[in-house]
Parts: sequence; structure tokens; C-alpha cells
Amino acid sequence: MQTARYEAPSTLSDAVRLAASEPMAKFFAGGTDLLVQVKGGVLDPTLYIDLKRIPGLVGIALNAEGLRLGAATPAAVICEHAEVKKLWPGFVEAAHLIGSTQIQGRGSVGGNLCNSSPAADSVCGLIVNQAVCVIAGAKGERNVPVEQFCTGPGKNVLQPGELLAALKLPRPAPRTADAYLRLIPRTEMDIAVVGAGVSLTLDASGTCTVARVAIGAVAPTALRVPAAEAALLGSKVDEAALARAAQAASDAAKPIDDKRGSAAYRKKVVGVLVRRASAIAAERARTR
Amino acid sequence: MSRLHVETTVNGEAAEFLCEAQENLLTALRDRLGLTGSKEGCGTGDCGACSVLLDGRLVPSCLVLAAEARDRQVTTIEGVAEGGKLHVLQQKFLEHAALQCGICTPGFIVAAKALLDRNPDPSEEEVRYWLAGNLCRCTGYDKIIRAVLDSAAELRKEIA
Amino acid sequence: MSALLKPRSEPRRNFKYVGQRPIRHDGPDKVTGRANYGADFTLPGMIHGVVVRSPHAHARILSIDTREAEAMPGVKAVITGADIAQNRAQVSMGEGSGDMHDVSENCLAHGKALYHGHVVAAVAAMTLTQAQAAARLIKVQYEKLKPVLDIESAIAPGAPILHDHLRTEGRAAGAPDRPTNIAARAVLERGSLEQGFAAADLVIEREFRTRMVHQGYIEPHACVARYSPDGQVFIWCTTQGPFQVRGACAAVLGMDLGRIKVVASEIGGGFGGKTTIYLEPLAVALSRKASLPVKMVMTREEVLRATGPTPGSRTRIKMGMKKDGRLTAASVTMHCESGAFAGLAHRSTAMCCLSAYRIPNFFIESHSVLTNKPKVAAYRAPGAPMAMFPVESLLDEFAQKLGMDPIDLRLLNAVEEGDAAPYGPKYGPIGYRETLQAAKSHPHWSAPLKPNQGRGVAAGFWFNAGLNSSAVVTLDADGSAAVVTGNPDIGGTRAAQAQMVAEELDIPVERVRPSVGDTDSVGYTDVTGGSRVCFATGMAVIQAAEDVRRQLCARAAKIWNVEAEAVTWSEGAAHPPASLDKKPLSLKELAAQMARTGGPIIGRASLSAPAAGPAFAVNICDLEVDKETGVSRVVRYTAIQDAGKAVHPSYVEGQMQGGAAQGIGWALNEEYRFDAEGKMENASFLDYRMPVASDLPMIDTVIVEVPNPTHPYGVRGVGEVPIVPPLGAVANAMARATGVRFTELPLSPMRVLEGLDAKG
Repeated sequence: MQTARYEAPSTLSDAVRLAASEPMAKFFAGGTDLLVQVKGGVLDPTLYIDLKRIPGLVGIALNAEGLRLGAATPAAVICEHAEVKKLWPGFVEAAHLIGSTQIQGRGSVGGNLCNSSPAADSVCGLIVNQAVCVIAGAKGERNVPVEQFCTGPGKNVLQPGELLAALKLPRPAPRTADAYLRLIPRTEMDIAVVGAGVSLTLDASGTCTVARVAIGAVAPTALRVPAAEAALLGSKVDEAALARAAQAASDAAKPIDDKRGSAAYRKKVVGVLVRRASAIAAERARTR
Repeated sequence: MSRLHVETTVNGEAAEFLCEAQENLLTALRDRLGLTGSKEGCGTGDCGACSVLLDGRLVPSCLVLAAEARDRQVTTIEGVAEGGKLHVLQQKFLEHAALQCGICTPGFIVAAKALLDRNPDPSEEEVRYWLAGNLCRCTGYDKIIRAVLDSAAELRKEIA
Repeated sequence: MSALLKPRSEPRRNFKYVGQRPIRHDGPDKVTGRANYGADFTLPGMIHGVVVRSPHAHARILSIDTREAEAMPGVKAVITGADIAQNRAQVSMGEGSGDMHDVSENCLAHGKALYHGHVVAAVAAMTLTQAQAAARLIKVQYEKLKPVLDIESAIAPGAPILHDHLRTEGRAAGAPDRPTNIAARAVLERGSLEQGFAAADLVIEREFRTRMVHQGYIEPHACVARYSPDGQVFIWCTTQGPFQVRGACAAVLGMDLGRIKVVASEIGGGFGGKTTIYLEPLAVALSRKASLPVKMVMTREEVLRATGPTPGSRTRIKMGMKKDGRLTAASVTMHCESGAFAGLAHRSTAMCCLSAYRIPNFFIESHSVLTNKPKVAAYRAPGAPMAMFPVESLLDEFAQKLGMDPIDLRLLNAVEEGDAAPYGPKYGPIGYRETLQAAKSHPHWSAPLKPNQGRGVAAGFWFNAGLNSSAVVTLDADGSAAVVTGNPDIGGTRAAQAQMVAEELDIPVERVRPSVGDTDSVGYTDVTGGSRVCFATGMAVIQAAEDVRRQLCARAAKIWNVEAEAVTWSEGAAHPPASLDKKPLSLKELAAQMARTGGPIIGRASLSAPAAGPAFAVNICDLEVDKETGVSRVVRYTAIQDAGKAVHPSYVEGQMQGGAAQGIGWALNEEYRFDAEGKMENASFLDYRMPVASDLPMIDTVIVEVPNPTHPYGVRGVGEVPIVPPLGAVANAMARATGVRFTELPLSPMRVLEGLDAKG
């Protein structure tokens, strides 16, 4: 391990400039992925850039348009926000599932997204809620739909010297609700073997007019499943539609065998989770 | 090698130490400040034995850089008892035999305190899920959960 | 003092302090973070040691170049196998003697790396960071060999051989004399299998598998060692047996026993895994070279990669039963995967598998098989869980086929006092029937089940050890007492010992100070393990307290000027003979006069205890299964156990609940996973999945007490048997919930779903 430095800049431009000065610099918020990787010998940064003292990186701003979530906001803070929980119960559920209470006190949704694990719990929830990534760099800010952010296991569109500053979620339309489910062997603490996020909008008659389905841990990145969405659109989200959506999700999944589960198992279970998450989202949407 | 000088507050008292940039808070507490009550069970945030409060929030000190403690409030197991008086949680752990080897006990008490500070009337399920990040291999958790629920009841009586 | 215990005719039944639930004396330090564990200790001038581990599961070590590491600033010492001579001494390691050649080889390899993570060198430097950097500079040349990674590969003809010199201990007559990976074989038999199966109306035959699992203690191994210029050695370490550490280090390092003092820290869990040594001799050797104290602490990853799990197993079992439910025959063939060195599981698995049942005809054959994985260590009732799981599963299947209540089926076949154990001796008073009856009448057994839930019941057995113990009880002038033993306190034995002294001297428990002595402060004591501390060390404590009482009576006799035999003791006081018109003298009064009546009063005892009475347990598990995902939850659990006499019921309950949780983890989610190269894939608490608080319900307990006549209070060992029944209880619950009989553990969601799909 080489001798490293620690800096806690108080502006975005300072942070960006620091990163530009040091090739082996790492931004961090909660550090719950970074420090584990350093301990495991996978990473050896020469500069730790702590983002938490930059205004706007930690915090929740909610207005008529929607949510602007500081990328470094600990998951626990999100989960304690009653209004955010009410508007996006599935997204908050997903954020709440990232690790233990202790990890929640540190780990951020931004960090979870930037770590870009195929199994990241927050990503499906962000995708189905049409989140947009606000990326800051030397040339200023740019926006990227979250669906395009992760490009492969551990890989994303951030260029050297760029950092994720915030996530924006548009306020949901009336009778819109989301849900997130994941499959883990224990009740807590495990990395998702399979994840499924769903957001549905129903009209006054209970017919689905908008459907977004994303599955996780079954491909190099989280996947939208247009066929599952098509199965739900125009339906009353009845048993038959749910079964078709489940099958579509199983078909779309491209999982691998690894120490946490086999491909065959994941393919099967992702369908079950999409069915269940869709049912929950529909029930929530009906009662809004 | 150059070290960082960190000034912080630990258990209500001003404290300072020198540390390397990549050193974690757990190491600083144990090796620089002599506060060995927080334990390393895994070093990867999976066991809860290193639990401390950082500005009142429950965190795994093995995944906090020591430098981050600058200008913050850190509460460790050593700060749970007030003066010479055990906290209700500590007393209930003793009464309920909620510890055997005791290595996980500091982490559990800090974590349970964080729960009861926020939620004075948790259900058994809420207690279990809140404490899911604290591993115990000796007790099977039964007596720990009972001690926490009993502490909550006791604290509610004190306030009432 | 008698070396052998004379059993009382009838264990005592009425108690004042025993059976109560005092606050444990070490409790306040533990709830405040003051208690000092292995890593919480420093010495002036202390430096830090780390090890270098083999990245290959099987390889010849061709050369080790340490020059660059030695030249690094801050580095004070580097050692390799060249610094520690190989030897073949035998040292008592507690539950069975340890071949020091294997222990020594495991601590530091000579010539061959036998598992991924096997230590090949160690370095000590001024800071931990420097030591870690120096370790990376140590250059080891390996010749990679093909690793053997499962039982089938290990026993196949032409398998790569781990130890060229090894021949199967206990091999069958006429077996060929050639290199093998089967380290040992144990056989037990009775009657005639042919006749037994011929007499059966129903025969079931199955193959069962379990994986290596780890004890999972939350505290990693840690020690501080100081080698002084005069050759005296001081070791502070977390261990279940300071005397074992002393003996093993002396043997490994070729030192005199008497030059080594071991102080045991508070121990953060052991479960058998800390009855051996890993870092200690390395720290001593480094300290000798550096002339400075050396601290070494394992990371969690090291603990999982390179310390002893319990063996994995493959069991082929066939049992025969008459249609009235009586067992007629059993054939059991086990292979225990013991890692890179011979384990002892072949013996205990053979002894335990049929221990709970009357079977007129059986043949048991069990083997220790070597693979290129970490050397196994004891784990709570070593061998019994994987040996009894197949039997308990088959009994459940028999019960289903015969339409019998599974508890009734066990009652029909249960061993009783006077029955011969499979390994020979007749059982004394035992409580298997009583625990079965308690299970049957427990509300859990008749509670209604919800959809997708199944209920399983299973039993467990453990012999419980006796071994050697010493104890000292000293009296203070204010009438309080101190008791010192040599057993690290894992489960609350200090509290129990204080209760025993309180009982014998009739003083309040709070006035007794129990502590764990180092190897210089108390006589030789075998490990904290084998469920023996309350039993055997407890006996020594009781005898030491009796010794104090005798001396108090002698002092009273002196004061009254009568013969010592004329003085009697009752209700905490010495009573004069009726002829003498004197008031009794209380312990407090006599203690106050100690200095004037003959000097300090010290009671002592040492003994070699017979085996403690065997313990039986029965567990009931309700499991709810999500049949679409294979995920299951334990929704209700009851543990019933015969403790003989529960000295401190809360800590007996604690053993029952803790063991149940470990067994549930073993049954549902814990397993060692290795890749094709023999590297462990899940060496962290993230992926080595032990139960967390939200995985379990409250664990109800029932303590049955069938007194053990070899102990003055009737105590039986309680610490180990709790982990034995859960494997069967959970698997039987799974069978009842799903209709599928699973024979392979763990019952992970994937395995369960595959089983359900296969059933259709």
C-alpha cells in the first residue's frame, strides 16, 4: 500500500481539480465499496477525495418537478424522508436494502450506482423511475439517463476526473407507484442474487398506461425489459398479464453462474420477482 | 511518510491523533486513542463489531477513514455509560444474559442505542432487522433481542 | 488430594446458589468495552508480524528469497520453514492428542504448500504497514501440483498424493501398502448385517453430503509473544487452552515447557477452533530473531482461508426396520474431508452416528480423507452433526412410511441406562427418553402449521469429556473468596464456578471472585472444550472449596481445643461438638482470624475426571418455504436438552440457543465454496453466510435434568450437543414442507428449488 493523501474539498471545482492532479485519485462518499476494495488489495489510491463536505452532494431537495438527490447522501437519510418514501416507495425500499443499518449510515445511492455492480440494488429502482444522472467534470455538468450510466460490471460512463454529483427523479404522475424486490438467501446482508424493479401508472379504470420494468443481477448491467412492459401495458395487471411479464423477464435475463447463484436459478427466479413486484406496484398505484 | 493531524470529539471529549490517510477510524480509535472497546471482526463492514456513532448516526468504523472524524462527534462503547452509571441497555444485557464471549457486545449495544434513540417502541421484527448487521455466534440472538426490547420498555417508563 | 474422583452415591439435589441466575462477574467489563481480548494487548517496544501465504492449493516450495524483505527499513525479522525444525512429538491438545508434526507443518510449511493460504513465511516490522509491504517482497518459487479438491478425487486410484509417507491408520487387514490420501479409518460393528437386513420389513438406503463449515467465532486469532534474552517466553493469546498453547509451542519450537508462560485473553468465541495453534509459534520465533515483542492478528479473510473448518462428509447409509418400528440393522460408510492433514473425525463420527438407538446389528466404517484445503479443527461436538444427520433423516423417512409419529418412533428405539453404546461401554443414567417425552408434550409439537410450513424433529448426542483440571480457592480476611482455574471462559463458566464456591462455602455469589489463571498460576488444565468445564473443572472447584471448609473446621477445632473430627460444618459455619457450650463460628469470623490461627487458607484440587455423562438433545423446527424461489425461514424453534443439573440456567439456555443457531446456519446457508484451483471463493462474512438476527425467531428452550452420578451436583456437559440436532431438524422440516427428501446440505434456495423442480 503506498502512502496516500486525504482531501475533503468544499466545492465541486476543487474536487475535479484535485482528481485531475492525481492519476490514482478516488472520489468517495460512504466509502463502503472503496475501503473494502482497498482492504482486499484490488485498489490502491494515492489520493482519497471525500465528497461529503461539498454543498449539494449530501442532501435531498424535493419540489414540484421532483427530487434532486445529492449523490453522496447516505441511504439512511433517504429512507428517513417521509415524503420521498411516499412518492417512491420502491426506490426507497431498494435503497434501504443496501447492506446493514451500519452500511446505510454511510453508503449512498450515488456510490452504489458508481460502483456499477450488476447486482446493485439501487439501479433498478432508479431506472424504472426515469432517474437522470448529473455528472460534474472539468468542462461543467452533463446529464445522462441512468439507464445509460452503467456499461458493464464495474464500468460506467464517468470519464477520468468526472464525478456523479446528483440524481434527479421526476415527480410521479397520478396513480403511479413503484416496487423493488430482491432475492437473497438470508433476510439481510446478502448481495442480490436477483433484483426486480417495476413502476406502473394506472388510469382511472385500473388499466396500465405506463410500465417500466428493470431486472438486476441477471446481466452485465441492469436491464430494461420492454417485452415485460408490453405485457403489462393495456392490461388490468391481472394474473395473465403478470404471468406474461414474468416469462418475458426470464427470457430477457442473461445471467451467469457465480458463487452466489447459477444462471438457471436466476433466470427462473427473476420471472417470479417481476411478477411479484408488478403486483405490488399495481396495488400501490390503485390506492393512490 | 507524512501523517494527518485530526482533531475531533470522542465521547464528548476533545481528542486528537496523527494518522495515515488510508487508516480507518477503527484503527485510530484502538491504536491511537487506546479505545479498544470497538473490535475488528471482519474489516469489511459485515459483522458490526466496530459499530460507533458518527454525529449520532450508526456506522461501521472499519469503513470510515480516520481523517473523516475531523470536526465530527464520535461515540464509542466507552461513551455509552454515563459517568459510572451503566446505560439501561448495558444493565439489561447483563440481566438477560445477553452475552457469552462478549466480543460482539460493544457493537450490539452501540447499535441498539442508535435504534432506541430513534424509535422508542420497536417491534421484535424491527429490532431484529435493525441489528441484522451485528453478527453474534454465541447466543443465537434470542437473549439479545429480549434485552433490547426490555430496555425499550424500561426507557419508556422512565420518560413517562 | 485424590487424583481420581470418587463418585458420590447420589448427586445433591437441594441448592441455594446453584440453579440461580446471578449476573456474570466478567459482564460489566464486557458491556462497557473494558474486557481485553487477543488484539487488545500491547507491550513496550512491540512490533507487528504478518504471514506470507501460498497462492496455490498444492505446490512444492522450491525456494524462498527473503533478502529484499530483510533489507527493507523497519523490518526486524523474517522466518521460513528453515527456522522451525520438523518434529513428531505428541502433545495433548484436548480432545485427543495432537501429532505435532502436522500442527507444526500447518503453522509453517516445509517443502510443500498443501492448501491455498498455507503459511510459507512470516515477517515482523516496526509498523503493520511495513510488515505488509515486506511480505509482498518475499519471493517464493513454487512448482505447481495438481490439487485434490473433493472426496471422490482424493480416494480415486492415481490421485495426486498430499503426503508421500502417509498410510491409512486403521486400514483393513490385507489392504495394499501404498501412498494414499485416506489418513485413517475407524470401524465399529455388532452382530450380523446379513441377518439384520433379512429380518427387516422396510429398508431405506441413501447417500448424504455436508460441506466444510467454519466455527465462525467473531474474534480472529491474535497473539503477542515476547522472547526474552534469558530464553523465557511470554505469550498473550486468545485461546481455549493456555496449557495446550504452551505445550504445542514448546514442541514446535523445541523449547522447554517450563520456559513458556501463556496468559489467555478474554476469548471472543472458539467453539473448538481455538484449541490449536496458528500464529503463536510464529510470533515467538519472530520475537526471538527480532529481540522485540511481536503482535500478530489474523484478518477475517485469513481466518476463513486458513484456519480449521469442520470436515465435509459423504455418508452412505442403509437402515432396516420392522413394520412395528424397531430397527434391525444399520450400515454406515462415511468419508470425512479433513483438509490437508489427518483429522480425528473418523473416530467421533463412527462413535456417534448410531449412539442414540438400540440396533442389534450394525457395521460402521468411517474415514478421514485428505484434500488440498485448510487443516480441519474441532467444531462443537466434532463429527457428531454430520454423523447423526443421515440417521435422523432416515428415521424421519421411516416414520413417514410407517405412518408413525417421529418422536414415538424414536422412543421405541431409544437407548436407556444399561444399553451398550456403539463404541462399547454401557450407558449410565441418561436422559434421551426424557428429552423425547419433553418434546412430545411441548406445545410446539402440537401447534398448528400454516400453508407452506413443515415441522421437523431430530435428536443429538455427545459424550462430553472429562480430562484434567486444577482449581485454587483462596479465602480473604473479610470472608470473601477467590477461585482460579485454567479454563478460558467462553460460555459463562466463571459465573458457574462462583456459584459452586458460594454453594460449598455458603457465602453470596457476589462475594466470590472467579478468574482464569495463566500457566504459572494454576495447575495443568486441559482445554475449555469437550463440554467439560462445568463438569470436570467444576468438580475441581467443588473439591477445592471442600478443602477450604476442612481447613476452616480445623481452625475452629484449634480455637475450641477439640479434635478436628469433632467439628461439623453446616449453614456456613463450623459447629462445635454438642458437649461443648460454644456458639458456632461463621466463615466470616474464622476468616477474620486466619492470620492468628495458622495463616492464609488456600483450598486446592486437581483431578483427572472420568468422561462426563453423555448429553442428549431433541430439537423441533418449523420451516416456511417459498416454493417459487426456494428461500426458507425458520419460523419456530424449540431446543430440549438434558443438562444433568443446570448450574446457571441462563448460560445453559445460551449454549442451547447458540448451538441451535450454528446448526441452522450449517443446514441452510453455510458452506465453503472453492474454485477449480482450490481457492476459497467466499472468504468473507458477506458470502460465508452465518445467521443474522432477522433470520431467526426466538429459540425456546427446555432444560431436562437427569442427574449424572459421576458429578457431585449431577452436572453433565452442555456446550456441544446443541449443534447436533439442528441439521436433522431443519432437513426433516424441509422434507415435510416440500415433500422432497434432501440429502445434501446446505439447503440453499437454489438447491431447494432444484429439488422441487425435479419432483415436478
